[in-house]
Amino acid sequence: MTDAEHIGRRRFLGYVLAAPTLVTAAELGLARVADARQPQDITDIVDLNDLMTVAALPTSGLISVEVNPDGTVSFALPRAEVGQGITTSTAMLIAEELAVPVDRVRVTLADARPELVFNQLTGGSNTTIATYLPIRVAAAIARQRLLDAATAERGSPVTDLRGVDIGALAGKAASTRTRQVSVTLTARENFTVIGRPHNRIDALAAVTGAKKFAMDLDVPGAKPTMVCRPPTINGRVGSVANLAEVRAMPGVTDVVVISTGVAVRAETFGQCIDGIRALRVSWRPGTAEGKSDESVLRELERAELPLGLPSPTPSVEARFVFQFRGNSALEPNCAVADVRADRAEIWSALKSPIVARQAIAARVGLPLGRVTVHVTEGGGSFGRKLFFDAALEAAEVSKKVGKPVKLMWHRADDSRQGRAHPMATSRVRASYLGGTVLSYHQRHTSVATDLGHGLGEIITALAARLPVGDIGFSETFFQLSQTMSYNFGLTTRLLAETDDGFNTGSMRNVYSPDVTCARELVVDQLAARMGRDPYRFRRDFLRDNRSLGVLDTVAGAGGWGRAMPAGTAQGIALHAEYKSVSAALVEIDCRPATVNRPIRDGVTGPRVTKVVFAVDVGLAVNPRGLEAQMMGGICDGIALALTSSLHLRSGYFLEASWDNYFYTRQWNNPLELRIIVMPSTSDNPGGAGELAVAASMAAVACAYGRATGTMPTRFPINHGTLSFEPKPTVPPVPQSPTDGRAG
Amino acid sequence: MPEHTFRVNGERVTVDVADDVRLLWVLRDILGITGPKYGCGVNVCKACTSHLNGDAVSPCAIPVGDLRPDDEVTTIEGLPATVGEDLHPMQQAWLDHDVAQCGYCQPGQIMAAVALVHRVAAEGRQITDADLDGLRNICRCGTYTRIRDAIRTGARDM
Repeated sequence: MTDAEHIGRRRFLGYVLAAPTLVTAAELGLARVADARQPQDITDIVDLNDLMTVAALPTSGLISVEVNPDGTVSFALPRAEVGQGITTSTAMLIAEELAVPVDRVRVTLADARPELVFNQLTGGSNTTIATYLPIRVAAAIARQRLLDAATAERGSPVTDLRGVDIGALAGKAASTRTRQVSVTLTARENFTVIGRPHNRIDALAAVTGAKKFAMDLDVPGAKPTMVCRPPTINGRVGSVANLAEVRAMPGVTDVVVISTGVAVRAETFGQCIDGIRALRVSWRPGTAEGKSDESVLRELERAELPLGLPSPTPSVEARFVFQFRGNSALEPNCAVADVRADRAEIWSALKSPIVARQAIAARVGLPLGRVTVHVTEGGGSFGRKLFFDAALEAAEVSKKVGKPVKLMWHRADDSRQGRAHPMATSRVRASYLGGTVLSYHQRHTSVATDLGHGLGEIITALAARLPVGDIGFSETFFQLSQTMSYNFGLTTRLLAETDDGFNTGSMRNVYSPDVTCARELVVDQLAARMGRDPYRFRRDFLRDNRSLGVLDTVAGAGGWGRAMPAGTAQGIALHAEYKSVSAALVEIDCRPATVNRPIRDGVTGPRVTKVVFAVDVGLAVNPRGLEAQMMGGICDGIALALTSSLHLRSGYFLEASWDNYFYTRQWNNPLELRIIVMPSTSDNPGGAGELAVAASMAAVACAYGRATGTMPTRFPINHGTLSFEPKPTVPPVPQSPTDGRAG
Repeated sequence: MPEHTFRVNGERVTVDVADDVRLLWVLRDILGITGPKYGCGVNVCKACTSHLNGDAVSPCAIPVGDLRPDDEVTTIEGLPATVGEDLHPMQQAWLDHDVAQCGYCQPGQIMAAVALVHRVAAEGRQITDADLDGLRNICRCGTYTRIRDAIRTGARDM
């Protein structure tokens, strides 16, 4: 390739917008789409991220970079920051192309912008993939304009913005009319910001308590509001016996029946809890009445698709069960709403704000243009904030009481009525002969995953263009998110769904942790049947060099194959998605002294003592942020394999708090953790926010199987033991205890 | 309504609210001090961890009526002043290790960490893995390893 061609590949069109200060912009749908190659797997042609990127192409919404007179640079990111570090990586992209320090870039979250259509959804680990080029183009145009203005002012060519007061030039570099211009982006070899570790730009606010989440906002008149919820999933209010009595309680300002329960507005959340506990409500049945783990498992069995004719050659066949899991973030579902007769304003951490705005407008009966939706920074998401359940409720309550509300779900509500990862089974059959795997078939059967938050609309709109026939968007999502990394001959995978009576969602990494866990356990079985080492076996069947790279890296750095005491073992697993690849090496201790170590009100069980994780995202914008996302995904994977699940009994989940739902805690955290970010080899970043969960869960499961000598088939492995006393369902929220001094 | 007087972050405050309202709501909903977060309301997740006379406590489980006029409540907002700096060494360690992801649990984590370091120092010993395993604060982003690293750094600098 010639130099000219090199530059041509980095040349893009953008805009200078008419404004009193310098504002430059690019079309958000600018991101490159992967070239088609010889297909072996559908994800070789197109994967979910291509689909999400293509979805933006017909839209013309611009994203703009503004240079302020004080020398700072502003950018409103049309995505949700929920902890994944995208405001920091975005500031880095702007700093790189505009040649200003990162700390001069102010990244805020954009309000809902309907003109962006499909392009304001935070999901599928797509943010960096989709915004990497357009953000840089907008920033690069700003740099070019500033250089031109500096040159004009000095009367001699200025080629470097260092030492230039860009604030003073911002007005001169501005344009009185909107113009299209072209610009050349910085070449990868000249990067000074992208690819270097950077601490988070919101870290100081986080550690001083200054960071504002939705419930920290001071919206005038917005008083605490909670909802008295049904004892079973999605039950409905029949009647309320004592509305007047509760309205007269100390601090209570309003009590109204809404579509999901009875809302109580008060001076403090504590008084909301008191009001909820005093309400006497008769409830109508919900959407999962009488159901239990066992009955749902039977539903799944009935919905399972056949694996096909038995293989004439030897085969490994296995069936795995994955229980319901909660995707609660630490910040519960919450939103502030101020709904008036002629307008509505909403504040909430929303990953699909355009769809939320439409739903809210419909719910409160206002024209779309009268509804403003502000996206606040979120206290975690893990898929939960793709939905806007609390924002809808807050709008409904505010309209009914005619006052602003600050609505928050109690933790018990969040656990019992919130979104869950659906229960699923995965059946696998792999046939082999000699040293060859002839076929691999997987049938994943799941309680329906609700994708009705916007991602569903994207997939529905585009699915017809794909070579997958006329299938629903869940199956499309499934096909596009699952990659077969091994040369296992004839490969098929199918999803079947059943029962839409549960509040489900696409929990971090969606289908992949379960599907990958099942696959990697079967890979270990195949290796054992063939008398092969699990690492060497994987190595021999992997299809691509990036996968080999991460696998070899963890095997080497983690000391694969080292001698370990009985009851302890290593596990190794691989997962590719979001144009990224990852591998995990895990060591686990399943000896009784470890399993039974005493922790008050906590689940101990086997301990993951060591994790070595390698990740290749093609191009890592911020390796330190990438490392953080891997760390979190590893903790998720450990929880999914060992401790965290919801128990369904009599139409409700027993879990109502963090001492019921056993997400990874300090006492479960690996004592030794090493994350290796592979050198960047590409001009295009892959996705990372969800990536680490699948390989981690699978490696923990593989290690557990090797330590105990028995392949685990039900996850999490401790689901059969109920490790807590379930809280009552009426009243639906527990009173706060008075033992807080005990720490 | 009863009045309650106590000290918060070095200042005397008086609030007019029922005895049994928990301190967390008095801080957040009445006084507008929003560093301590709600995560469970039942003294489990520790997102609201603050100090009461220097000890780590859970404000979600302390009735305001239990506070006496000379009780000193310190929230994350008041932590730097306890060492007369703009940032407490533990907050600095948190920055150095780039601990926070979503940041929601971090005020509570830092307050718990400071109390742990004080307790261990009072026992005249170094922080152990068992001490760190004993921290109950939940981080749903799973940044536990960086929390552990930051606590060791913060302990050294305190």
